[in-house]
Amino acid sequence: MNKILLVAQREFLTRVQKKTFLLTTILLPLFIFGFYALIIYFSVKTSDNLHIAVADEANILNGKIESKSDIYFQLVKNETPESLNTAIEQKKYDGYIYIPAAYNFKGNDSLQLKSNKTIGIITREKIQKSFNDILEEKRLLSLNISKAQLDSIQNSNNRIKFATISGKADDDNKAGISYAVGYISGFLIYIILFIYGTMVMRGVMEEKVSRIAEVIVSSVKPFQLMMGKITGIGAVGLVQFIIWIVLVFGLQLLLPLLFPDLLHQMQGQSMPIQPAGMQAAQAIKNSGGMNEIINGLSQINFTLIIGCFIFYFLGGYLLYSSLFAAVGSAVNEDPQDAQSLLLPITMPIIFAIVIMTKAVNEPNSGLAIFGSLFPLTSPIVMMARIAHGIPDGVSLWELLLSMILLIGGFMGTTWLAAKIYRTGILMYGKKITWKEMWKWAVRKS
Amino acid sequence: MNDILQLQHLKKYYATQKAVDDISLNIQKGSIFGLLGPNGAGKTTLLRMITGIFYPDSGEIIFDGNTFNPLNDTIKIGYMPEERGLYKKMKIGEQALYLAQLKGLTKNEAMQKIKYWFKKLEMESWWNKKVEDLSKGMSQKLQFVTTVLHEPKLIILDEPFSGLDPVNANLIKDEIYGLSQRGSTIIFSTHRMEQVEEICNHIILMNLGKKILDGTVAEVKQQFKENKFSIKLGSSPTTISSNAFEVIAQQHNSLTVKIHNGYTSNDLLQFFLQQNIIIESFSEMLPTLNDIFIQLVEGTKSVSRAFQTV
Repeated sequence: MNKILLVAQREFLTRVQKKTFLLTTILLPLFIFGFYALIIYFSVKTSDNLHIAVADEANILNGKIESKSDIYFQLVKNETPESLNTAIEQKKYDGYIYIPAAYNFKGNDSLQLKSNKTIGIITREKIQKSFNDILEEKRLLSLNISKAQLDSIQNSNNRIKFATISGKADDDNKAGISYAVGYISGFLIYIILFIYGTMVMRGVMEEKVSRIAEVIVSSVKPFQLMMGKITGIGAVGLVQFIIWIVLVFGLQLLLPLLFPDLLHQMQGQSMPIQPAGMQAAQAIKNSGGMNEIINGLSQINFTLIIGCFIFYFLGGYLLYSSLFAAVGSAVNEDPQDAQSLLLPITMPIIFAIVIMTKAVNEPNSGLAIFGSLFPLTSPIVMMARIAHGIPDGVSLWELLLSMILLIGGFMGTTWLAAKIYRTGILMYGKKITWKEMWKWAVRKS
Repeated sequence: MNDILQLQHLKKYYATQKAVDDISLNIQKGSIFGLLGPNGAGKTTLLRMITGIFYPDSGEIIFDGNTFNPLNDTIKIGYMPEERGLYKKMKIGEQALYLAQLKGLTKNEAMQKIKYWFKKLEMESWWNKKVEDLSKGMSQKLQFVTTVLHEPKLIILDEPFSGLDPVNANLIKDEIYGLSQRGSTIIFSTHRMEQVEEICNHIILMNLGKKILDGTVAEVKQQFKENKFSIKLGSSPTTISSNAFEVIAQQHNSLTVKIHNGYTSNDLLQFFLQQNIIIESFSEMLPTLNDIFIQLVEGTKSVSRAFQTV
């Protein structure tokens, strides 16, 4: 046990002390965050500051139009399109909208904004919204609907709502955000399995190729060496993740301080920001407003998700890393050999990600239930179901069974892998096939 | 008990060959023991069983009077395998410290011993260098230090001098003698016969998993001597004909002769004395280990072919 710790300590320290670790762990998230912050900042802050002349010959605006924060409408009189053209050339205005006297807002006549430069998409939407609202109101009023009736229609909110029998609201926000959370966490585990799994494999290969393996196994058991390596690299992964989580939450708190009016503007303008999940973005866009996203987020049990995430991260890592270690021990100098030996390991991981994309939509389908119980796929698939909560996405007994199966699974793979590892690590100059590895694994010691 | 290691009918069979086939031997405390054999003779497998890396299929290993227990006894063994290496990216000091700790030393003990050995072998300035910056000879020295650092009772060195220049080879050789005098037993595995003759007291020759020779260097040489003598005379003899011996080679006044069975060297000397020829020097020509090695291994070659087809 003590020796496993010694090996783990070395594996951990040599990796953490590397400059690349510092770079990927701290600088990379900062860089990504800064990048996103810049995008958000520019898309919100820098507006075109348009100065637009509105020549209302038809007098549909009744002489008043509200300016937006960065679009300034100015009503002008006694102008012709020609005179406005020259005014734009003289840079008096950025653009103009000419409403001819014969303009019929009930018909199909359309208005045109003419300018000397391209107008950004967000600004376009704002201008369209201003005019559409005014014109729509005009049309409705012309159908003898009173202003009071109109207001009451616009204020009523009687869309269909979803709830589960347990009494919890299951609205679009929550469904969308559950989808995003499930998708992202399942995907993260997928990436973790690959990154840290190959890290273990390369570590084992390094020991074999540099011929230190035999020196070490004359002091420690091969099993201790393998477990030490797996533990050490797992600790690196865990530390890296904890740093990332702290950074993400820390920076989130920092965000409102950096841009005090950002949230306010987002609410006002229903800015479609782009989170990772497309549907979540859709949900945000539909619902509009940061408040509702926060409301949706608050309905998700983050303690449960983070707890499960760490469990499935460790379980999945332990299950797969010992297999990666076994492959590493069987490979000789040529890293190409690793490719073909890795295929049987990567297949279930990829299979899991396919099931996950289905499970995140239908957490209670047969495929999702199978995928979340089967130890080789459960670390990824269960994250998709758990994001929907208990018992909406997954029942408690399923979760517990899946956890027990995963623990059993990783003990099984470690046992098999240790036997392959023990033989492979001292075997030189021979190309090993899966058939041979299987023989080593099932052979009585 | 005067033996550090006793092997009794040790066997290890692989699917296609008998790597170690019924080997028994005793190794005395404090001796320098040579384990010889051609490539593929089963030396490495034998050593791996002694170091606890492999378990024997059958047979018993008795280490220092008790049945060998890999968990506790590997601390008392230092093994420098033929396939050896170091972590390339690790600093030399840290590497030595790590390997010493794996052998069960505490950090402080390890530190003291590393300093002692580094000073002794003039390696102090290397502490912060990485292994990849070292020459092959330098990393060999480091490897040796990490093998003997924990003062093991049994030191196993597989080809310890490969890649070392004569100066460093002598340095290591002196350390091996020193360790042996301080009570360590050394098993020395190599193909280089001249080193074995120089260093070892006792040798064993293995081929195809079997022990084919066992004894002290002097005993072995006596066993394989061919009664050859070299004799240098004051003047060249005119005719040589005797029942006692025949001349194998002659170069001016120096002769190489083989004494026939039933005669002794005195018969040879008497022959020249009777002819009144001055004898300037006379010595027995013992076979080198190299000759014995080749003779024995060549003799078993036909067996090896027959074995592999099984």
